[in-house]
Amino acid sequence: MKEFAYFPGCSLEKVGLSYHLSTVETTRKLGVDLKELEDWNCCGATTYFHVDELLAYTLCARNLAMAEKDNLDLVAPCSACYKNSYFTNKHLKEDPDLAEHINYALEEDNLNFSGQIEVKHLIEVFVHDVGLEEIRNNVSMPLEGLRVAPYYGCQILRPRKDHEDVEQAEFFEDLLSAIGAEPIPYPLKLKCCGGSLILSSREAALSMVRNLLQNAEDNGAEVIATACPMCQVNLECYQQQVNQEFGTRFSVPVVYFTQLMGLALGIPAKKLGIGKEIVAATPLAPYAR
Amino acid sequence: MAKPSFSDEIANLLHAGHGNPLRTCIQCGTCSGTCPVVEYMDHTPRRIIGMIRANLKDEVLASNTYWYCASCYHCTVRCPAQIDIAETMYALKRYSIWKHVHQEGLVGPVFSETFVKTILRSGRSFEPILATSYLFSSGARELIQEAFMGTKMMLKGRMPVLPPRIKRLDNFKRMVSRVIPLEADS
Ligand code: SF4
Ligand code: SF4
Ligand code: SF4
Ligand code: SF4
Repeated sequence: MKEFAYFPGCSLEKVGLSYHLSTVETTRKLGVDLKELEDWNCCGATTYFHVDELLAYTLCARNLAMAEKDNLDLVAPCSACYKNSYFTNKHLKEDPDLAEHINYALEEDNLNFSGQIEVKHLIEVFVHDVGLEEIRNNVSMPLEGLRVAPYYGCQILRPRKDHEDVEQAEFFEDLLSAIGAEPIPYPLKLKCCGGSLILSSREAALSMVRNLLQNAEDNGAEVIATACPMCQVNLECYQQQVNQEFGTRFSVPVVYFTQLMGLALGIPAKKLGIGKEIVAATPLAPYAR
Repeated sequence: MAKPSFSDEIANLLHAGHGNPLRTCIQCGTCSGTCPVVEYMDHTPRRIIGMIRANLKDEVLASNTYWYCASCYHCTVRCPAQIDIAETMYALKRYSIWKHVHQEGLVGPVFSETFVKTILRSGRSFEPILATSYLFSSGARELIQEAFMGTKMMLKGRMPVLPPRIKRLDNFKRMVSRVIPLEADS
């Protein structure tokens, strides 16, 4: 049994609830035990680093220290949480002075960072720790014929990594193939969705979402799969506004990769949070139980 | 001791950057060519780096470039001079919040501060949600649409009605006050 400390992040409590539900269901089915951090705090998202870098490290370090207490690697399903935790872990490991400073703050919560664990994105756990072979062996409802655009977004891959090629990722496609779906070529798969740019420039943010939708549609996607709650919100919830703004008629469902996996593993749609979409996920109906 | 130049200040502002080698920029424009937001920026990322090096402090701070940066890190992974451009944009955001200088009418700075306050109060937050409620209260007409989207999500059971809190909030607040002097206002 593989066990990880699970850091769901604030997005998964409500807005990304389907992601949480489908994460819990799929990991359970594949023999991965997720132990939710007992009192995790917000990682600060992108905004924190604007205001105070030390504080941002402290927030992430508190979560890391709680995982260390259980001696478990930390897994985050949100790309922004992942990136923040990953880099805090890396910088603190490399810089003992910084770690000492942060540990002084953590004392207040009886915690300590010692750099014992690794940070992983949820999709890596499936691809590397569980393995595609194991996933294939557990598929009972292959998603044959379902054309899926694998949307990586930015922060799963960037700005790291230590070795792998950040411009040529294929693991999302491999995962989709393992569950029987058909990953379509999606040239913009690594392009940013705008993050919280909607705050600074609605115009810029909507045009970025538009490009991503257009590219998916042009390549025949029936659904877009994401691995980040923010990407999901941006691509799904702004579709209507994109349509108003640009006179387009997009209606592309945007689902979590774990929801697709769940269907392939024979888990009932309802348990995976399917049905909470704003753009109905009708192409999934033939595979749903 | 001589006052550090603006370019040194920005290059050394972030720990993570460990001193960003801004001086080594060869002005190749790879960053600008990669940036998905470039057409909306007053100055391209390449130019901003050049302007920082030339210590054009007022012009740099007055631009919208760093507030429009979406932190996608695409420029960072491609820069041939190993400059972390995305972190430089963060450094500028921080600097401008400190100094209270930024372009009029930008939502970003105020939002960043609101967001931080929310976390300091509860230990939790959620960026997109906060964005929605923030935009709602800010009252700008074309932004109200975002709030309607929020309402729709609420109906689908996807928006929290009450902001969640962490359990050991007192410890959390004391922890925060050990790294930043300001007391979390509750
Ligand atoms: S990235 Fe977003 S969702 Fe994740 S913990 Fe941070 S603020 Fe909350
Ligand atoms: S794709 Fe969008 S939401 Fe996802 S990590 Fe990038 S900016 Fe954030
Ligand atoms: S990519 Fe790097 S070297 Fe080229 S202009 Fe941008 S910052 Fe300078
Ligand atoms: S990190 Fe910012 S500046 Fe760099 S490419 Fe992305 S949006 Fe442009």
